[in-house]
Amino acid sequence: MVQEDPKNMNYEPIIGIEIHVELGTLSKMFCGCPADHFGKEPNTQTCPVCLGLPGALPVPNKKAVEWTMLLGLALGCTINKESKFDRKHYFYPDLPKGYQISQYDAPLVRDGVLKLKVKSHLPANTTHQALQAGKLKVEEEKSIRIRRVHLEEDTGKLQHAVIDGKRVSLVDFNRSGVPLVEIVTEPDFRSTEEVDMFAKKLQQIVRYLGISGADMEKGSMRIEPSISLRKSEILNPKSETNSKFKIQNSKLPDYRVEIKNINSFKFARNAITYEIERQTEMLEHGDTPTQQTRGYVEAKGVTVPQREKEEAHDYRYFPEPDIPPMRFAQEQIAKSKEQIGEMPDEKKERFIKEYGLSEYDATILTEDRLSAEYFEDAVKCQKSKARPPARQVKSQEVSSKTIANWIINKKVDRASVTPTQLLDQIIIAAQSVFVSGDELESIVTQVLDGNPKAAREYKNGKEPALMFLVGQAMRLAKGKSTAEDLRKKIIELISK
Amino acid sequence: MKMEIKALTIQSALAGLRTKQFTAVDVVGACLTNVKKFNEDYQALLAVVDEDVLMAQAKDIDATDYSLPLSGIPIVLKDLFTSDGIRTTAGSKVLEQYVPVFDATVVAKLKAAGAIIIGKANQDAWGHGSSGENSDYTPTKNPYDPSRVPGGSSSGSAAAVALGMCLAATGTDTGSSVRLPAAFCNLVGLKPTYGRVSRYGIIAMASSFDTIGHITKTVYDNALICEITAGKDAYDATTSEIPVPQYTNKLDIKLQGVKIGLPKEYFGLHGMDPRVSDVTRTAIKKLEDLGARIVDVSLPHTSVAMACYYILVPSEVSSNLARFDGVRFGNGRETFGMEAKRRMMIGTYALSSGYYDAYYKTAAQIRTLIKKDFDDVFGAVDVLVAPSSPTLPFAIGQKSNDPVAMYLSDIFMCPVNIAGVPAVNVPCGFVGDLPVGMQIIGPQFGEERIYQIASIYEKETQWYKKTPKI
Repeated sequence: MVQEDPKNMNYEPIIGIEIHVELGTLSKMFCGCPADHFGKEPNTQTCPVCLGLPGALPVPNKKAVEWTMLLGLALGCTINKESKFDRKHYFYPDLPKGYQISQYDAPLVRDGVLKLKVKSHLPANTTHQALQAGKLKVEEEKSIRIRRVHLEEDTGKLQHAVIDGKRVSLVDFNRSGVPLVEIVTEPDFRSTEEVDMFAKKLQQIVRYLGISGADMEKGSMRIEPSISLRKSEILNPKSETNSKFKIQNSKLPDYRVEIKNINSFKFARNAITYEIERQTEMLEHGDTPTQQTRGYVEAKGVTVPQREKEEAHDYRYFPEPDIPPMRFAQEQIAKSKEQIGEMPDEKKERFIKEYGLSEYDATILTEDRLSAEYFEDAVKCQKSKARPPARQVKSQEVSSKTIANWIINKKVDRASVTPTQLLDQIIIAAQSVFVSGDELESIVTQVLDGNPKAAREYKNGKEPALMFLVGQAMRLAKGKSTAEDLRKKIIELISK
Repeated sequence: MKMEIKALTIQSALAGLRTKQFTAVDVVGACLTNVKKFNEDYQALLAVVDEDVLMAQAKDIDATDYSLPLSGIPIVLKDLFTSDGIRTTAGSKVLEQYVPVFDATVVAKLKAAGAIIIGKANQDAWGHGSSGENSDYTPTKNPYDPSRVPGGSSSGSAAAVALGMCLAATGTDTGSSVRLPAAFCNLVGLKPTYGRVSRYGIIAMASSFDTIGHITKTVYDNALICEITAGKDAYDATTSEIPVPQYTNKLDIKLQGVKIGLPKEYFGLHGMDPRVSDVTRTAIKKLEDLGARIVDVSLPHTSVAMACYYILVPSEVSSNLARFDGVRFGNGRETFGMEAKRRMMIGTYALSSGYYDAYYKTAAQIRTLIKKDFDDVFGAVDVLVAPSSPTLPFAIGQKSNDPVAMYLSDIFMCPVNIAGVPAVNVPCGFVGDLPVGMQIIGPQFGEERIYQIASIYEKETQWYKKTPKI
């Protein structure tokens, strides 16, 4: 038998992720305190319930339950008709009851699939124009299975400080009891990029639903990837066609490394990339990584061990006796389904069909719900006969494609330009573009004839005279041409 | 004016106040006199509200026309009841210095009904116990015989009522804790249906078993307080929407046609004191004479009820006591007493991975069977009658070193908590000077029915009039 040489192995990353999203409900998960805790004075948004005082009881937030179902439905999952809360026990100073109210074996939501459009490998010289023209296939589909989506409460927050020369740990309970949704995927990711896309897509969906800001920097969205590597043995390393003969190993590795403490998409990418390299190196040296929890240290861009498998918690889950189990009627689930609205992928497909946009344009416009709505408002404005014409602007047909181009290329500031104003700008610009050469020449001739002195001065080398002439021409053109076009024409005619 | 507070009921106190025979200041003053006289010997109370504060409250009530349902009625709270500004220890040294910042829902309701909170009652720490001896302070003594236990865990509550320190006391009943002390102290004690009375603000023992009851001298007094404390609470998701009847208006019925079941598993139990059996049999005969039909019934899963109870309850106990970590309030975990430690250990074990299925899960399945036993039996009879305890009040120290013997004091009571149905202890006679109690058990939300039967029996027998010789 041939001895295996670790160097001849290829390693395939096997990644699954858990994502936590804090819901943007008005009140916390089990009490009436405000849920919005970011940047608030510590311990000002607390009550006996979220402080875990003796005798206090949790009463579940109905909205948070509905929103979790909504997210589940938007992710194509099944809603469990019977669900319940459970207690998850562990000691930590930021967990005031000694247990977290979470969900164990009957989560609100289970079994779904989120389809990603994974980027194809495009040639390095691919141009923006080529992409816009839709000539290249930029994406291929990849399915990520979602195992479950459940609802729980967030913990308080520890702050380590030095007070009067003493190192102390302070607890802020403002975050304690904020509704937290946990989305758990199957280990279906095979690259850092896929994780990145999934996380961004999930963020997009959450924002579309309006159930959370899902802001990584504020901690309202957190990613915890679990990474391991699987051998893809190459049968004949010397063969040039070896990549076609990789063994498709379907067994999962018997270890996984979970990474915590990631608070941006960039750090998530860096942490996963680092971890893949670290594990590859270990495997190539013939070592097997151990089951571990590691923390990402952003300053150094590395992961460091936090906890070994042997130290794993026994959470002693049992059904939360303070909250009756939940049952959902089919009609209730159907009603939730109606509330979802159009999700980014559907909207994109519709934009392509309905407005004749390229996939590229449609993708950008549907990135967030507000810019998609802005685009559609502008298109509606254009079609509406009732639109009052702005000053000096003659009504004119503007194609949806042109509107899309403007929004994308000119990076329109939606806050200061209304869709109507945008349309005016487009029409003005469009009219200038279409001013005929004859018209331009007649305007310039008129200016030169009317200002012979200035024309002569420019001819004799006085630059400021040109500026004066352009100004005069602009007045005559009434915005139908650009200063640049007029300047060129003036120079051309004077030099004749 | 002078009054014998030991013999005074809420009903007669309210009548006296409303007809100006005496004042709330008189009533509260008489209670405080008894506190001063008896508390050192009997250890019924762990905290007493400042006399000036109490007198000011009584004077405020005296300025009204006593129209509130509990105007000027002095009440003692079990120390598991969170009370704003009054030290609340749960009978444990862990919470020796804990002063809550809010009132339990029941406490707020009692205050709003005009009650005056006199103080906090001693108890088995965290509610763990049947004798009062597991108090981390000093055990309470039985007013009928100070060498004996008053029953627990609401030991101080029962003693305080019997000693005339108050006219009623609140209690919690997770396995017997209201009914057993009521039985041992010749009082009426209600364990309501689970979900009938809000648990908000009551320090939890076992959340799916805990019920919030109270101890009074008479059935009428008991029904009156239940009308006030029962009902849906927005702060307790397990409370029921079912409307609360005016129990006190419906106490007078005839027993003709009422079917009373005697669970055969509860009679003929090995270790049952024959004197207690005799007293109970006599009481049942009385009910039959009053027109009730007595039939034998069966609760087939009784033999496994205690095992089921002592897996599920400690499991929840281990979870509920996790918050007392010494970080934010209270002393460290080393200050827990032996019984609390024992229950935390048992519960933690039962919930641990690898043991959960064998213990917690199996016990939860048995719980369903026991519930069904009760459901089935209430299809055939209106109520069940059973002894409250297999023995008379036992001597202090007799069972304190044998936890299993102590657990078996509750053998007729724990199944009721497992099923979640209501039950009331009503005094049913004496052996010498020691009281014997009888349980009347009803179907879910059947408080009205059990009060009616208890009331008829009480009118005929009036055992409550035999007060302790102190």
